[in-house]
Amino acid sequence: MTNTSDFLDIKDVSTAFKIDGHFYDAISHINLQVHHDEILAIVGESGCGKSTLATTIMGLHDPHETRISGEIDFEGTNLLALDDAGFNRFRGAKIGMIFQDPLSALNPLKRIDDQISEVLDYHTTLSSDEKHHRVLELLDQVGIVNPARTARQFPHELSGGMRQRVIIAIAIACKPDLIIADEPTTALDVTIQAQILDVLRAIQKENHAGIILITHDLGVVAETADRVAVMYAGQIVEQGSAEQIFNQPQHPYTRSLLRSMPQRDDENDDLYVIRGNVPSLQKMPQTGDRFAPRIPWIPADAHEAQPTMHQVAPGHEVRCTCYQHFYFPDRTTKGRVAK
Amino acid sequence: MWKTILRRILIMIPEVIILSILVFLLAKAMPGDPFTGSINPKADPAQIHHLMKINGLYDPWYQQYWNWVVHLFHGNLGQSYQYQEPVTRLIAGRATNTLWLALVTMVLTYAMALPMGVFAGRHEGKLPDTVIRVYTYVTYCIPFFVILVLGIWVFGYVLGWFPTTGSIATDANGWLQTIGSRFYHILLPAILGALFGTVNIVQYLRSEVIDAKHSDYVRTARAKGVPSKDIYRHHIFRNSLLPIAAFAGYSITGLLNGSIFTETVFSYPGMGLLFINSISYRDYTVITALVLIYGILNLLGTLLSDIILSVVDPRIRIE
Repeated sequence: MTNTSDFLDIKDVSTAFKIDGHFYDAISHINLQVHHDEILAIVGESGCGKSTLATTIMGLHDPHETRISGEIDFEGTNLLALDDAGFNRFRGAKIGMIFQDPLSALNPLKRIDDQISEVLDYHTTLSSDEKHHRVLELLDQVGIVNPARTARQFPHELSGGMRQRVIIAIAIACKPDLIIADEPTTALDVTIQAQILDVLRAIQKENHAGIILITHDLGVVAETADRVAVMYAGQIVEQGSAEQIFNQPQHPYTRSLLRSMPQRDDENDDLYVIRGNVPSLQKMPQTGDRFAPRIPWIPADAHEAQPTMHQVAPGHEVRCTCYQHFYFPDRTTKGRVAK
Repeated sequence: MWKTILRRILIMIPEVIILSILVFLLAKAMPGDPFTGSINPKADPAQIHHLMKINGLYDPWYQQYWNWVVHLFHGNLGQSYQYQEPVTRLIAGRATNTLWLALVTMVLTYAMALPMGVFAGRHEGKLPDTVIRVYTYVTYCIPFFVILVLGIWVFGYVLGWFPTTGSIATDANGWLQTIGSRFYHILLPAILGALFGTVNIVQYLRSEVIDAKHSDYVRTARAKGVPSKDIYRHHIFRNSLLPIAAFAGYSITGLLNGSIFTETVFSYPGMGLLFINSISYRDYTVITALVLIYGILNLLGTLLSDIILSVVDPRIRIE
């Protein structure tokens, strides 16, 4: 069963949104592979294009309002070449998606079992008894204590954590090969977060699925991910194994992000703050390093004119050459040299 | 569920009592009396004084109110000063006419509004949506009685398709002809009422459909691989019709208010026309009875809305 080759290969994918009649890239030239049996985390701050990438893979964009280029190979099919009906054979069946906000992602007027069995209606030939049985099995699998009772309830009768479990049950109902989890724990409190992540990990082991975990929470990444891709302003700026990213971060953005995490053993109480903001889509510079304006103390000639990915170790890639010259302004020694 | 309904009904009791006192006092506060205009202007003021006295119109208000309430419970709403007929019988005859008019108007309203609202919402921003929106804005801007007068002029006078007054042709014989003639007389006022009534529902439904279309649960359904037409059927329509269904009860209020205009313009002998006439004649017994009935119908309308809402929306139900 286990197949370590790429089964999802994202090649040079850009997604542009129409704003006031013009198209602006929300993600540009993304190259990314996902393997079976791994959790790939995509991290970055709000507005960096993480969710756009997820909805692009799921084909959830309105074709009139978006322009998508590139290729997404999923088990030998280019998803971007499919029409809506063709895509529907993959959505829910081979690709499951877990959404960010469990409060609004369920239809308020339908009972839980109807909402879960809806996905079975379209992708399986089970009888209604078998479907009901499968619903109870799924609810049990995602850690719901009394599946029979929950199945009869409406979303508003469940807690946030339970609703998120239901959404996971929907996503995994057809044992998809790929699960995209878009900030699955953001709306939940910390204890529930850990439980939900455990459920995700258990499902991944059981189904040998590949998981794309989208999050801005580096704690979640450290706990769960096998590989990490760091996104900034619609581009991937660094990717590598979780160990590489956490132990030898290269890109200035990754290093700043890691430094802005609260550390318990840090004597300095001040958190590191990355200056500035992610530029809006309309104001995104089309040439040069997009992160350069946020590290103005690094000389301009340290950046590439058209930054490309550079391999620094097997499986570890960084965008732009500026990482070789980067240091934090409040530390006397230059980061690279001190190491 | 039953608890919710029972509680709603109990709340109505004090509402009806307060309503009845207000209605009674307001009618009394109107200037004028029921006799001066209706008998010989040369009549002796002493005689009017005598009539006022034997009809109990000089008693203190609470005594008059109490008499009225006691009679009310005996099904006796008093005698109309103008028509010299028991108010109960007078209103019963008129109420049937109004009921039929309201019913046909309501059916036509929803038959037009639901498809239009859904269609406009589904094809947001495209040509049919623009056409429907222009229609609703234009209709909304024209006062209702202007629509009625225009309608009479175009369809009744210029085109001559419909009768413009009354509720039945004088030469209608046999039950089939009677029903046919009644329906024929109802049709034009009902269509015009419906044209006006659709506006709110269409606008509301359109924005509900658009909201639902962009909602997270619809995105979830899309991620399940549900085809677009099934998403509309199973998720968008039901969820956006919910507030409309709840609105149905309240629309009774709108229909009754509308009937006052419609019946006056069409001289259609219903409760609305009776109401306007009774006000101009200071026919107190009829006014109070009608306002009370309108008030109670409004309360029943809101009750109906609350019940519908609790049936269709599981979030409202109280276990």
